[in-house]
Amino acid sequence: MGSAYAIEAEELRRTYRARTGWLKPRRTEVEAVRGVTFTVGRGELFGLLGPNGAGKTTTIKMLNTLLIPTSGRARVCGHDVERETREVRRRIGYVFGGDRGLYDRLSALDNLRYFAELYAVPAREQKGRIAELLDLVGLAGRERERVEGYSRGMRQRLHIARGLLHSPDVLFLDEPSIGVDPVAARELRRTVADLASTGTTVLLTTHYMAEADELCDRIAVIADGCIQALGTPAELRRRAEGRRVVEVEAYGVPESAVDALRGLPGVRETAVEARGALQLLTVHSDAHVDVQSDVLRELAGIRLGRVDSREPTLEDAYVAIVSAAA
Amino acid sequence: MSTLRLLTVGTLLHVKQISRSPFEIAIALVVPVVQATLAVYLFRSSGEQHRLLEAAVGAGVMGVWSSVLFGSGGAIQGQRWQGTLEMIMLAPRRPVLVVLPITIATGLTGTYALLATLVWGRLLYGIRLDFAHPAAFVVAAVVCVVALGMFGLLLAATFVLMRNANALANTLEYPVWLVSGMLVPITVLPAWTTPIAAVLPTTWGARALREATSGGPVWPSLGICLGISLLCLVLGGFALTHVERRARAAATLALA
Repeated sequence: MGSAYAIEAEELRRTYRARTGWLKPRRTEVEAVRGVTFTVGRGELFGLLGPNGAGKTTTIKMLNTLLIPTSGRARVCGHDVERETREVRRRIGYVFGGDRGLYDRLSALDNLRYFAELYAVPAREQKGRIAELLDLVGLAGRERERVEGYSRGMRQRLHIARGLLHSPDVLFLDEPSIGVDPVAARELRRTVADLASTGTTVLLTTHYMAEADELCDRIAVIADGCIQALGTPAELRRRAEGRRVVEVEAYGVPESAVDALRGLPGVRETAVEARGALQLLTVHSDAHVDVQSDVLRELAGIRLGRVDSREPTLEDAYVAIVSAAA
Repeated sequence: MSTLRLLTVGTLLHVKQISRSPFEIAIALVVPVVQATLAVYLFRSSGEQHRLLEAAVGAGVMGVWSSVLFGSGGAIQGQRWQGTLEMIMLAPRRPVLVVLPITIATGLTGTYALLATLVWGRLLYGIRLDFAHPAAFVVAAVVCVVALGMFGLLLAATFVLMRNANALANTLEYPVWLVSGMLVPITVLPAWTTPIAAVLPTTWGARALREATSGGPVWPSLGICLGISLLCLVLGGFALTHVERRARAAATLALA
């Protein structure tokens, strides 16, 4: 086994370079990951949490050998991701969220057979292994249907089955529950938890706080290409200690009113989330300052729904960390 | 054994995947009719009625070439679009073993174009299918398809690196038809095209098929076709390993 860690990332950096135009070529550079360092223990379920464009997928792709780091080093199960590519690939599984990544015009069975060959699963074991995985992800009985007829949840489960064909030591899950309905997402979480309990190391990226909170042993919050915080969900939650959160459902809040809320004494952060016609205003304040009445005064004349004052959650801690990084 | 099984299963599943594409089916129905027509009128107008079968075979090889070219470029690009390129390149196998089944599959689906062109030539224009060496024709057709699949592998190495692989495929289709003498004899082309034609497996494959159709020494042409193709396989294998690394550095395996 070698290394004590399943994953070691040391000052990983990745810059994307692009060139546009022929006559007057314009070169652009985007620094997607800027010096990420962390380790994941064997059998650990580690979460990488961050907003869109934070560098989560780029980090995962450097670790799973799909991208070569611009600088820095990473090892998976003791093998260097740049130099010992094939050794790393034998030991990892990669599952990403969304509709893509499968042969749509083939059946689930054909997809699994092909990937079993690609991962050199011995012929005599393939049939049993595929049947076992189809059972695990709840696709038994539907395996001969073409994937193009599958729902997004079914595709996601097929992705997972494919990622597990060769019984990998480390499983990379890149936003696996994106676009999946709540029931399917719950089943997915159960599958991931079961895998971790059997000793598979899992690196999970997600937007969903509840998912990270429920599943992960430790979480790294990544924003702007850097790790902003790393710890257990309880440790991260403590980042929001000393705060109070006021949530207001409102309709048609102008930007000027949000700016006014930011200027209120005791207010640390404000966030606005659009939910159809409704806007959810979240105001973080110092715990000893009651800002609720001030908030409502600033929103006078605006149609309001539910107003709530509560203790901070992991999501609030995440918002606080990401906002501080912005 | 495991490698052979990977190549076989991979080729069969890629044939299945390609042949179920509505676009591919539409192309397969229309293109052979157009090509058979083109060949027949071209040769009729030049007063070479007796060479109609040869013309139809040439047109059929054009179909195989188009299938391999657009198949190799299109399949790599298609896999990039559907997100499977990353997944197959991530497998702990040599890149050549991952890509070869795709290009062989495009050659196999191209065989249909060859057969369909001959069938349409017979049905629409009454071309008599009298081959000088029928058995040699079958062997030549099989070797030609496999050889073009290996040539496709070399092309595929470029396509893995290029995000806009289709652009290259589009520019290569007609020049290779012409230079390889699939339809027009090489002898009527400018002298500078001769060295290019000599190194293309398509030239020798088309020549072998023509010789099997109208008479001539099939085997030397077929041997050269196979030799060049095996060289393409070796070069393609090395190129793919190099290109896969470059693609990981340049981040071109995925669309974004």
